Amino acid sequence: MPRTALVGSRIRERRTVLKMRQAELARSVGISPSYLNLIEHNRRRIGGKLLVDIARQLEVETTALTEGAGATLIASLRDAASGNAEAEKEMPRIEEFVGRFPGWAQLLSSSHRRIDDLERTVEALTERMAHDPFLSESLHEILSTVTAIRSTAGILNDTQDIDREWRERFHRNMFEESQRLADGAEALVSYLDSAGGDADVRSSPQEEVVAFLKAREFHLPDLEEGDEAAVHDLVVGDEDLKSASAVELAEAFLHRYQSDAEKVPMSDLLEALKDGALNPSALARQFRVDLSTILRRLASVPRDKIGRSIGLVECDGSGTLTYRKEIEGFPLPRFGAACPLWPLYQALAQPMMPVHRVVSVSARSDEVFETYAVCQSINAEQFDEPQVYRAVMLFFPRKAGEASDALHLDAGTSCRICERRKCVARREPSILADGL
Amino acid sequence: MSKEVLLIEDEPNIIEAIRFILSRDGWVVHTHSDGTTAFEKITEKQPDVIILDVMLPGRSGFDILHDVRSVSERPDIPVLMLTAKGQSKDRARAEELGVSKFMSKPFSNTDVLAAVRELAGQ
Repeated sequence: MPRTALVGSRIRERRTVLKMRQAELARSVGISPSYLNLIEHNRRRIGGKLLVDIARQLEVETTALTEGAGATLIASLRDAASGNAEAEKEMPRIEEFVGRFPGWAQLLSSSHRRIDDLERTVEALTERMAHDPFLSESLHEILSTVTAIRSTAGILNDTQDIDREWRERFHRNMFEESQRLADGAEALVSYLDSAGGDADVRSSPQEEVVAFLKAREFHLPDLEEGDEAAVHDLVVGDEDLKSASAVELAEAFLHRYQSDAEKVPMSDLLEALKDGALNPSALARQFRVDLSTILRRLASVPRDKIGRSIGLVECDGSGTLTYRKEIEGFPLPRFGAACPLWPLYQALAQPMMPVHRVVSVSARSDEVFETYAVCQSINAEQFDEPQVYRAVMLFFPRKAGEASDALHLDAGTSCRICERRKCVARREPSILADGL
Repeated sequence: MSKEVLLIEDEPNIIEAIRFILSRDGWVVHTHSDGTTAFEKITEKQPDVIILDVMLPGRSGFDILHDVRSVSERPDIPVLMLTAKGQSKDRARAEELGVSKFMSKPFSNTDVLAAVRELAGQ
């Protein structure tokens, strides 16, 4: 069902709230009740003057009737529905659901994300159980101690004619081992208690760092002035950075941010952006920096200064997303792989070759995004090390009337929730029903 | 003539308990705690059964078992392997190397005694 079809549902909902009869509304805007009925059941498209008139009669802005639910919310709900046969059957009505019950939809989406988080936490803890050297060593120690106690207790219990000397020796052993068991258990509990903190809702250090940056809208004024201590001051004690790994990652990110800021001062960048044009190549030449730097820098400009939302995503050589700055309409998968058609991955496949594409991430939306991607080695000056590549992609919605000479590319978010069934890059079947 | 067991284990109180149990059953029990020199001890003692811990200082029980099966004078000597790592992959690895019997800690005295008797053909 196209998003515009939801307008009818919203009209019906609003009219019902106002306790207005269908015939009354139809008469007030000069159409027949049967035609309004078709509109309200999303069987006729509506726009232009008629939409404005109806909105006026319903005492709402036209945008309140036309505004679709957020793409991120819908993507999240689709993900939640995957694997549930009953919910998948109702997938064609997902936008209607979001439109009519935004609160419930948000709750369902939040709950789904929470479940995802918890599953990741369980996965992380399982991984820790299997590979954590301290935990492995502790459990081994405890099992060995328990073995000694069990064997010794068994001897004391089962052997009637045991010598006094042996009995005393085994009692002493039991005492020693019980002390050792108590110490080992205490150390283990203490370790697990301290580890529990970083097994919170955000299940990976990267997510903690993204939360930290999101809270600051990805712009860090304290780092614009080159104050060395600012990085430390920002991360220490921050409530979003719960794990030591996240603190380490955040520090590395902030140092890079600071380095980028030195090369491309924010005031100079804003001056360069004054004419409204956003041309990363020209800016890279102007500031004499590489493309990766200018792309990252553009993504750190406050939204109110640049007049649009700008997203950024980075991946390493394996294609794993290592940084996400999401914007409305261009959702980034939290788990699993992203769309292999993204210019990010095209850039990854051809290091040092910039890729500029106009991308559509949904077949059901007219919205398109300008994307700029490039892949560079982070240790290009080393002869004797394997080259390590990182790709970065900047993206922002193209405004109405803006032109672009870049090639158009139909992509998606990830195969599982992508409606482009005949995509050459499809990795797995989509869960979406035909016709969506 | 009493049969001999070589117990290669580094936990003193486990050594003491197993030695006590087996001795009362008539076995001559030799003990050794260091993985690095364990193979030499096996060559020297030529026991009827080896009880071998996996986690040993210097060298793992797996490495020692490998040497027993591939380069020793008696590659068919019965080996009872003990481990606190009861994971299936450890068991699979031990079986791949030719272990005679595998036992996870904590074990009961009765089970150890039964296993040693079984391996010695009693």
